[in-house]
Amino acid sequence: MMNNNPKNLSSTKLFFSNFSRKKLGVICAILVITIYLVGIFAPFLAPYDYSDTNLLKTQAGPDFENILGTDRLGRDILSRVIWGIQTTVIVTITGLLTGSLILGLFLGLLAGYYRGIFDFIVMRTGELVSSFPDILLIILLASTLRPRITNIFYSIEDNLNISGLVSSGIIDYLVIGIALLPLSWFGTMRLIRAQVFSIRNIDYVQSARTSGASTFRIVTRHVLPNVIAPLIVTATFGLGAVALSEVILSFFGLGVQPPRPSLGAMLADVSGRGGSSVSVLKSHPEQLLSPIIIIWVMIFCWNIIGDALTDILNPRKN
Amino acid sequence: MLNYILRRIFWMPILLLLVSLIVFFLGVYGPGDPVEVQLGNNYDEQSANRIREKMGLNDPFFIQWANYVANAVTGDFGESYVFKNRAVSELLLPKLIVSAKLNIISFVIALIIGIPMGFYAAINYGSPKDPLVVIFALIFYAMPVFFTAPFLILIFALQLDLVPVSGWGGIFDKRIILPALTVGIPGAAVFVRLIRTSMIEVLDTDYIKLARAKGVSRNMVLWKHAFRNALLPVVTIMGFSLAGLFGGSLIVEILFGIPGIGRISLDSVYSRDYPVIMAIVLIGSSALVIANLIIDFIYTLIDPRIDME
Repeated sequence: MMNNNPKNLSSTKLFFSNFSRKKLGVICAILVITIYLVGIFAPFLAPYDYSDTNLLKTQAGPDFENILGTDRLGRDILSRVIWGIQTTVIVTITGLLTGSLILGLFLGLLAGYYRGIFDFIVMRTGELVSSFPDILLIILLASTLRPRITNIFYSIEDNLNISGLVSSGIIDYLVIGIALLPLSWFGTMRLIRAQVFSIRNIDYVQSARTSGASTFRIVTRHVLPNVIAPLIVTATFGLGAVALSEVILSFFGLGVQPPRPSLGAMLADVSGRGGSSVSVLKSHPEQLLSPIIIIWVMIFCWNIIGDALTDILNPRKN
Repeated sequence: MLNYILRRIFWMPILLLLVSLIVFFLGVYGPGDPVEVQLGNNYDEQSANRIREKMGLNDPFFIQWANYVANAVTGDFGESYVFKNRAVSELLLPKLIVSAKLNIISFVIALIIGIPMGFYAAINYGSPKDPLVVIFALIFYAMPVFFTAPFLILIFALQLDLVPVSGWGGIFDKRIILPALTVGIPGAAVFVRLIRTSMIEVLDTDYIKLARAKGVSRNMVLWKHAFRNALLPVVTIMGFSLAGLFGGSLIVEILFGIPGIGRISLDSVYSRDYPVIMAIVLIGSSALVIANLIIDFIYTLIDPRIDME
């Protein structure tokens, strides 16, 4: 990386200048950021509420009032897509924070640095989790967890005498988050662990230790900066998988519950869990294609961005 | 090497025992009461208790689990709650065979499309053709099956009337074509990337450069020296494809109305048929663990450079 750094740019600037050379990566990054902004500002951007029904105007084609038409209950499809994106944003960001960053990074750093029994336990747990067929485990967890979590929230509402907790949809996010957790952390953790293994014996880490630096200082100042790059790359690839898992869960009615919006729930709603998707594609393609195109673009872009980041951040290739 | 294999073999039953513990825990503490399901409207405390006693549901958790595992080892996964008096193993076996057929055909389709495309991209590394192939493959990789399935049906079944819309008739039936393509196309994209990367890596090695320098023809180098070595990573991905058997083709099976393992696993989740769910997860995990062990073993045999430590 050093030899193509003639202007002595800071590493952040160098990163951006390298990334800007990946044209498709830049386009995809802009697309993803736009989609995420739409999701975040859904309350201001959506022309209607996601549950507003207009029974006088059902299954309508696109017009000026409803740019993408309406569904079988007369709900505005554009609004439901925008609110559905918000669900994707929430799920991917919580998935990223809990699975990849907190569990993956934290356990990876600890296992890599301390090795021994701690490393053994974490690695064997990960092997245990990854020996399950993944989609089945997600579905099984989501379906068994939901009633428990719902009960807990009802009792919280009763005891604290508050309301709105259950109807806010927080249960859906919690169920999805926990169901996806076992899958998201192990890949990151193993990667971080391997990185720590390879740097902990390098001279400058050794000399920091002999000069009396605390473990915390060694990990945060010397080890952490070295694992950021691979962390970003795996996290990027992971986001697409998390987004898709939520779509699948909600499609099967195990994730986000109606009337709350989700791209997967919309697909199930439009096509009757897939049964009539062909006739919908023929008669009202906009109903099926609107959520699908968002999913398609997101998965595609995460992969392109991931590839671009691998190229830039992988020092072996430079 | 032998040490490593032995350690893996020793660890495997422990791993599967822990898997069964988690699955059993989810089954026992999951929502729904099997006795209530079985009795339906005839539910009363007394007969419920009698059935519980008979089914061993009043035993402590670990006794129940030990009994379950002891039976499961012999292939007896109990009886389905929903399909009365049907043994789970007898219920699952035909479904497993259906899913296996679908996945094998999809795997072959993925190989047939993916390997030549990956090879083509790699030999054009550096020219604009390579990124084009990669982007093309990624577009198909990202294509949601929720789109692929109805789209293929619309074109090939309804417009062109080449194949029936849905259903199942085994490998030599036209109805397998569309679902196999739906699973196989994103799979092909995985092979494109895999073969491309490994081919580019191989083409950059010294022995390839030496072969070229000695005057071996370009085609000879590509096919005899490079391609065979670039195929090695395909072996590793076979394990993941096996995972597809248990869940990977889930959505496709539902969209095309195929009576496979995906269909029944979703149905049993909806109807809380825990003996069936537990059996599917347990069989799936065992297959996955054993397959990965075998693949690791094969991999060291065909590629002696790999050091298992």
